[in-house]
Amino acid sequence: MMAFLFGRKKSANSAKERLQLVLIHDRTDMTSAELNSLKDDLIETISRHIEIDPTAVTINVAQDGRSQRLVADIPLRTLGHRRGRESGRAVG
Amino acid sequence: MTAKVVTVASGKGGVGKTTSVANIAVALASRGQKVTCIDGDIGLRNLDVILGLENRIVYDLVDVIEGRCRLRQAMIRDKRLPELYLIPAAQTRDKTAVSPSDMVRLCDELRQEVDWIIIDSPAGIERGFKNAIAAADRVLVMTNPEVSAVRDADRVIGLLDAEEKGPAALVINRLDPAMVKRGDMLSVEDVLDLLAVELIGIIPEDENVIVASNRGQPLALDGKSKAGQAFQNIARRLMGEQVPFMDLESQNLFQRLLGRK
Ligand SMILES: Nc1ncnc2c1ncn2[C@@H]1O[C@H](COP(=O)(O)OP(=O)(O)O)[C@@H](O)[C@H]1O
Ligand SMILES: [Mg+2]
Repeated sequence: MMAFLFGRKKSANSAKERLQLVLIHDRTDMTSAELNSLKDDLIETISRHIEIDPTAVTINVAQDGRSQRLVADIPLRTLGHRRGRESGRAVG
Repeated sequence: MTAKVVTVASGKGGVGKTTSVANIAVALASRGQKVTCIDGDIGLRNLDVILGLENRIVYDLVDVIEGRCRLRQAMIRDKRLPELYLIPAAQTRDKTAVSPSDMVRLCDELRQEVDWIIIDSPAGIERGFKNAIAAADRVLVMTNPEVSAVRDADRVIGLLDAEEKGPAALVINRLDPAMVKRGDMLSVEDVLDLLAVELIGIIPEDENVIVASNRGQPLALDGKSKAGQAFQNIARRLMGEQVPFMDLESQNLFQRLLGRK
């Protein structure tokens, strides 16, 4: 949208952004579709144990040097007996 | 004498491996080092013409491996630098004529004779690549600041880690500072962010590379060209010297790169 208003984005930026995604998929041997289905499965599994809001969940592949990690941030609903702990963070 | 074996690999073809092997070998030899380079691109011999030694070939790599000549007989001595030798690739054979263990055996024999063995590899990640890295102590991965070359370099870097030949050292070739400046080419920093490996050289786009290849006179011999200097700097870094990266882009990048080390 910004690119539309202020002229085309620099091509080097497109190259970098596209490569970032391509390299994640090459290194993990996982396509975007597979990653999305993994996210769905993960949300479904967690939902079986604890009540979560699927729209608040973020699951991303983060870069750590040459290795990647799957970082899931899953806010947990606040319940009376769960004193003060409002969200949990799972890293795997 | 125990040589260090350095292989130049890339995945993608045409990024400048052969040019770099020739120039790094020449640069090392011009610094008093005893160097043998090996053309590992069997069937697509090229290092000989880049070095200007094509008329002197009698025996090749496959002749040595198959026992038709002794190692010494296949080593062509350079006419300019008496401490530089080339073992040419066979032109009429294919990569299956050589195995990784053949390369290890050959390099082990050669290690006693020289300071450096620099191996050129073919494009791809199959047999020819495996042959070229089998004996390597260190692998330089070449790329260009361009999507397909960076992607293929990433693949090769990953394979090298898996084969316990890592960590690779990266050479970025054909950098055009003007294009980087106007945002139409990945910068050195972009490529390093993406590949997350150590950098050992930045070589600018330089038309002298083609002039040099026309003549068979590697440009590392010519002190004036930027690309020639960049190859000399790689040779010095291989020899263990701390050499700052040439200021091809902005002062900022130059300083950031120094800060990285
Ligand atoms: N820094 C450079 N500037 C200009 N041309 C270059 C540069 N590096 C390589 N080239 C050209 O690119 C082509 C491919 O180089 P080459 O060394 O044969 O690549 P590879 O061995 O990886 O296939 C050659 O024509 C060479 O002259
Ligand atoms: Mg080549």
